[in-house]
Amino acid sequence: MQPTTLVILLLILMAIAYQFGMRRSVAVAGGPKNLRSLHSRPNYYGYYTAIWAGLPALIVVGLWAAMQGNFIIDLVIADLPPDVRSLPPERLGLWLNDLKNLAEGNIVSGEVSPALRAGADHYLSLQQTAAAAMAVVVLVIAVAGVSFAMKLISPKLRARNRVEGVVKVLLIFCSSIAIVTTLGIVLSVLFEAIRFFNMVPFMEFFFGTEWSPQTAIRSDQVGSSGAFGMIPLFAGTMLISLIAMTVAVPIGLMSAIYLSEYASSRMRAYAKPALEVLAGIPTVVYGFFAALTVAPFVRNVGESMGLEVSSESALAAGLVMGIMIIPFVSSLSDDVINAVPQSMRDASYGVGATRSETITRVIFPAALPGIVGGILLAVSRAIGETMIVVMAAGLSANLTANPLESVTTVTVQIVTLLVGDQEFDSAKTLAAFALGLMLFVVTLILNVIALHVVRKYREQYE
Amino acid sequence: MSSTTVDEEVLMAEEIESKEGVGGADLGARADEIGATVGDYTVDKPRMTARGVNVYYEDKRAIMDVNLDIAENQVISLIGPSGCGKSTFLRCLNRMNDTIDVCRVTGEIKLDDQDIYDKKMDVVPLRAQVGMVFQKPNPFPKSIYENIAYGPRIHGLARTKDEMDEIVEVSLRRAGLWEEVKDRLDEAGTGLSGGQQQRLCIARTISVSPEVILMDEPCSALDPIATAVVEELIDELRQHFTIAIVTHSMQQAARVSQRTAYFHLGRLVEVGPTDEIFTNPVHKLTEDYITGRFG
Ligand SMILES: Nc1ncnc2c1ncn2[C@@H]1O[C@H](COP(=O)(O)OP(=O)(O)OP(=O)(O)O)[C@@H](O)[C@H]1O
Ligand SMILES: [Mg+2]
Repeated sequence: MQPTTLVILLLILMAIAYQFGMRRSVAVAGGPKNLRSLHSRPNYYGYYTAIWAGLPALIVVGLWAAMQGNFIIDLVIADLPPDVRSLPPERLGLWLNDLKNLAEGNIVSGEVSPALRAGADHYLSLQQTAAAAMAVVVLVIAVAGVSFAMKLISPKLRARNRVEGVVKVLLIFCSSIAIVTTLGIVLSVLFEAIRFFNMVPFMEFFFGTEWSPQTAIRSDQVGSSGAFGMIPLFAGTMLISLIAMTVAVPIGLMSAIYLSEYASSRMRAYAKPALEVLAGIPTVVYGFFAALTVAPFVRNVGESMGLEVSSESALAAGLVMGIMIIPFVSSLSDDVINAVPQSMRDASYGVGATRSETITRVIFPAALPGIVGGILLAVSRAIGETMIVVMAAGLSANLTANPLESVTTVTVQIVTLLVGDQEFDSAKTLAAFALGLMLFVVTLILNVIALHVVRKYREQYE
Repeated sequence: MSSTTVDEEVLMAEEIESKEGVGGADLGARADEIGATVGDYTVDKPRMTARGVNVYYEDKRAIMDVNLDIAENQVISLIGPSGCGKSTFLRCLNRMNDTIDVCRVTGEIKLDDQDIYDKKMDVVPLRAQVGMVFQKPNPFPKSIYENIAYGPRIHGLARTKDEMDEIVEVSLRRAGLWEEVKDRLDEAGTGLSGGQQQRLCIARTISVSPEVILMDEPCSALDPIATAVVEELIDELRQHFTIAIVTHSMQQAARVSQRTAYFHLGRLVEVGPTDEIFTNPVHKLTEDYITGRFG
């Protein structure tokens, strides 16, 4: 039996169990008129029975599926001819791979020997037996669960509390998935970063001003010094983010103020979604817009003023990135400005303040925490942005504050470090993890600062 | 009593439905019943005069042909059942209705001899001249000092820090709040109690030396003691200011005001000296309202 069929069958069983449980509770209560004598309403007894039908069985399915594979392989190995069994572990692994491929009808590398064929047949038959066994065991457990629950049902059974307990556990389980995943990612990045720091000294990474991650693959290779100083990358990131924020913050804030304070409600209904469309444009599109339109434009303007501009400049990337994050600033700021109560505006207009005085002296301070939050979100977005920079700002790690030169950023370097054929344990690839860790730490610090600012400078209304 | 209330609701529902105010048949009957304003809506020394004022929210007419004078150094109270347009009318007097998109005002309202809905009229000085205190205390989330200093600062009323301190102190004293807050002027205004907040708002309003003060149910969020303080304050303020107050409390109207205007379904039903209105109402609707038969 297919696992999906089994799960569907289980669900049907749970639905039936629900009905059974409900009927049973009504019966033990002594008819529909006496429902008051039950601790919980009948549907909770139904859920209770359904949980007993489904939950233990599903747990068994999960465990079984997790262990079945290894178990079967062990059985197959035990049955193999001795000459195969005595192969060294890596060869045996390859051989077993072939066996599985053969069994599943995929392409097999090399010739199919009789031993392989026999093993594959054995593997298949074992798998079928296992599936059948699982189906039987699971269904038995489910039915047993139902009958057990039916026995438990009595007017005193606190079915509602039990059901709510199970639901709570389920909720906790779901929310811990996100946390555990984050933790897992952070830890794996951390361990790889530690491996990197075993090869490259701490000091060089944090304070080195040269970035050229070409390490020699062969000892006689030339031109592969391998310098891992992250300063130019972070400087590049900061420069581009700074340019982007210089564009996005004023424009975003002004449009938020226009939208929330000046625009008529009809205007707002059209303009706000239109602005938010900017956030929906894929970053690659922004990228080629930056590379093909803005960068040449910047260079032409610069050259006409007698400046030297490289064809891929931090300015071009930063400008386009700024446009991209306008909606982050404007949309969030607009929301918080709108959340400032009308009574604050009334109070200000009531003493004869103009609209701009009201905005700058009352609304803006009251909305500031939210605005700062929006801006910091935009900053994290700018720091993490990759595509635009790859396409418009170049790959050369220049340490410069001149926005007309080409620079590179942390994220771009992570990408270039990991694409292409690489040994996975070279300093070059591991450097990506160290950079990723740094990026994570920086964004985290930004978030902490944001929270702090928001708490401290909140002008609390109400 | 309850049957009248139901009638009332039906009528209001119909008014909303018919959308042109006096259009509906039943309402027409009731509108006839209301008729022209009873009592003399003019006064000898008017500070503000309203003539033929209509207010529309989109198509809905919330105020119909109201004529009313507001006398200098007097308190006039506006009373009437909920939704009859008291706030709407009050907000016309300093053009606070401008902040509502869908609101439209016709007719003529004059402050002294100046038409405040004139195209050339600047609302900023107008609102400094005609101040407003709102139903719910709405202090700014700033310090007590800054709450008061806000208005004088934007109007440039104080040239030095000392002058500003002076204005803040005088305003707080007049609002009867000075003794309670003089040691904590830099604490947040929102941290005060409800009654203190309302007095802070009154102080903020008088800090820009308005000539007329509009109060929209200033005591509805206050306990009896705080209410008494505010009422006493209103009585004192009358020496320097002209005051219009909306209230749901008949006792309050009787205590603080010299004239009373009764509104019903957007119309001004009756107006006259407070003691006459309360002891000897002429119009049947006024009588019903005052004797508590509906509202
Ligand atoms: N912003 C608005 N938009 C649309 N209609 C409004 C608006 N404000 C008030 N109205 C309508 O105008 C009418 C008068 O309202 P108003 O607030 O002036 O009544 P009120 O007499 O102050 O009532 P209350 O005593 O409950 O405060 C009501 O029918 C109300 O529905
Ligand atoms: Mg009102």
